[in-house]
Amino acid sequence: MRLDVRWPIGGMFTMFGAILTVYGLVSNRAMYEKSLGINVNLWWGLVLLAFGLLMLGFAYRAYRESKPKVTDSTSTP
Amino acid sequence: MQRISLGGIDYAILIIYFVFVLGIGWALRRVIRSSEDFFLSGRSIPAWIAGLAFISANLGAQEVIGMAASGAKYGIMTSHFYWVGAMPAMVFVGLFMMPFYYGSRARSVPEYLKLRFDEKTRALNAITFAVMTIFSSGISMYALAKLFELVLGWSFHGSIVLSAVIVLIYIFLGGLTSAIYNEVLQFFLIVLGFLPLVLLGLKDVGGWSGLTAKLATVATNAGFAPGAWTHSWKYMDSPSHNPMGMEWFGLVMGLGFALSFGYWCTDFLVVQRAMAAGSMTAARRTPLIAAVPKMLMPALVILPGMLAIGLHASRGGFLPIGADGQPNYNLAIPMMLGHYLPSGLLGLGLTALMASFMSGMAGNVTAFNSVWTYDIYQTHIRPGQTDGHYLRVGHAATVFGILASVLAAYSATRFNNILDMLQLVFSFVNGPLFATFLLGMFWRRTTSHGAFYGLLTGTITAALHYGLTLPRGAVPGIKGGFLGAVLHVYPSEMALNFWTALFAWTGCFVATLVISLCTKRTKTDDELRGLVHSLTPRQRDGDMPWYKRPVTLAVAILVVSTLLNVIFW
Repeated sequence: MRLDVRWPIGGMFTMFGAILTVYGLVSNRAMYEKSLGINVNLWWGLVLLAFGLLMLGFAYRAYRESKPKVTDSTSTP
Repeated sequence: MQRISLGGIDYAILIIYFVFVLGIGWALRRVIRSSEDFFLSGRSIPAWIAGLAFISANLGAQEVIGMAASGAKYGIMTSHFYWVGAMPAMVFVGLFMMPFYYGSRARSVPEYLKLRFDEKTRALNAITFAVMTIFSSGISMYALAKLFELVLGWSFHGSIVLSAVIVLIYIFLGGLTSAIYNEVLQFFLIVLGFLPLVLLGLKDVGGWSGLTAKLATVATNAGFAPGAWTHSWKYMDSPSHNPMGMEWFGLVMGLGFALSFGYWCTDFLVVQRAMAAGSMTAARRTPLIAAVPKMLMPALVILPGMLAIGLHASRGGFLPIGADGQPNYNLAIPMMLGHYLPSGLLGLGLTALMASFMSGMAGNVTAFNSVWTYDIYQTHIRPGQTDGHYLRVGHAATVFGILASVLAAYSATRFNNILDMLQLVFSFVNGPLFATFLLGMFWRRTTSHGAFYGLLTGTITAALHYGLTLPRGAVPGIKGGFLGAVLHVYPSEMALNFWTALFAWTGCFVATLVISLCTKRTKTDDELRGLVHSLTPRQRDGDMPWYKRPVTLAVAILVVSTLLNVIFW
């Protein structure tokens, strides 16, 4: 079976999001002078995390729907 | 110029990206069983994936860096390359040309020419296209390595080897499917990597109104009306009123018609993505789906350039000054990245830049290996072999294509003028191509001789026009006027290029028409079924709900892009 492209996209952005969010939480505030005082790593990290999880969710739903229903074949005598 | 220094987290993001790109190739290696799997993804790609790959293959290095540079140089007028120079052509190829490209089962654009006309027309197109893709991919690689050397202090050789090896591995393993999947991933990365930059820049200058005020200074300093950088049409009445040096007629006909239709409707690099789609409907929707992000792309690639020049004017020294005393416009995006993004997001932004280079390069390499294998090797060198043989040739062509691109990248460092000249020659060959397709697809009387000699006439017309005219202030040579006499002086290089394309198209159109009427048809109506409009059953969209029909999407795209033109008038 062919790979669903939403798996790697979701996986990569979830990782990026998680890394940036955590980094945003622990990093020094002085660093964000460049970005107009906004903790962009934290906020954009959360955006990426949400996008990544959404893609993984879509991929999972498609995977569930494509799986043949096992119970149907075993219930017939 | 101060270099941007990267932290550990930035490298981590870049490495994670490499792992995913290579991982996609690895995961797809088992899908490749036949040559059609390798070159056309087994014609099974869903429309949305093909559509995003279509736009991503076009979103290469020259596009991202070049459009930001134009945004700084010409302002919002650069959006003509999108709303005039892409939308109508993308709608046209989807609605009217895809039925013949996809319906004929041609495996490449040159192969369509063979089916519709003859072997010599195909050979002319295939050979020039194959050479051109190698050079584009090489020039792209050269630009990436130069940029990273300048901005990050990375080794030039290191960048070339790294990008070449990664692209080689993922195409070698997974063929076109791998390139397409990665293009979709790269598309999202480019959007999500550059978006924070645009948002921060806009916030910093005080929104669109703040930017307008800053760009008014830029415009008046350059001797134009204050709104010249923020209006796309208002100052198009005369070339002397706008920084592009263009007037509306030349723009609409040259860019909006000749250049744009020539690229979007005949360039195999993008058409290949639609040919890989899973059904006729999916193939027709591919360019239309691609048109949606393309329409919004100015916000992502032109706006950073406008922001950079606005900041450059108001704060001074934002862009480094080049040897010619002008700001180095090509550095607009990297400078913005370094200015606004802290470690972390900076890594994401640079990874997005890397992704744009790779998607452009992979697009060229996959188009090259198909044309080489099907249109040159299988046709002229060793026909009649097994499918497995051609699959192996495709793998070898991928390696060869990458090595040749690396060679082209290195030759760009030493013989820059030769590469410029080659690109010029190719533009003469490609300029007239759309006339051939238009007549071929919509007039069954078009003959093979008409097509071939019409193409040659168009190419010669382009070369003559270019050789006899000159942009203002240029010396005769590569910029035009190399035939000795200068019959006309254009207000800018861009105007000269647009008019050259229009002359090429007209020359080809007229010659093809006349020669076709004077020569006998070589193909019967029966042989042209599925290749010509009047001999092909019409597409039936009637059984689809109205909102799923390609034509609905097409109308929506045209309406919204017209609105955008009005808003930024």
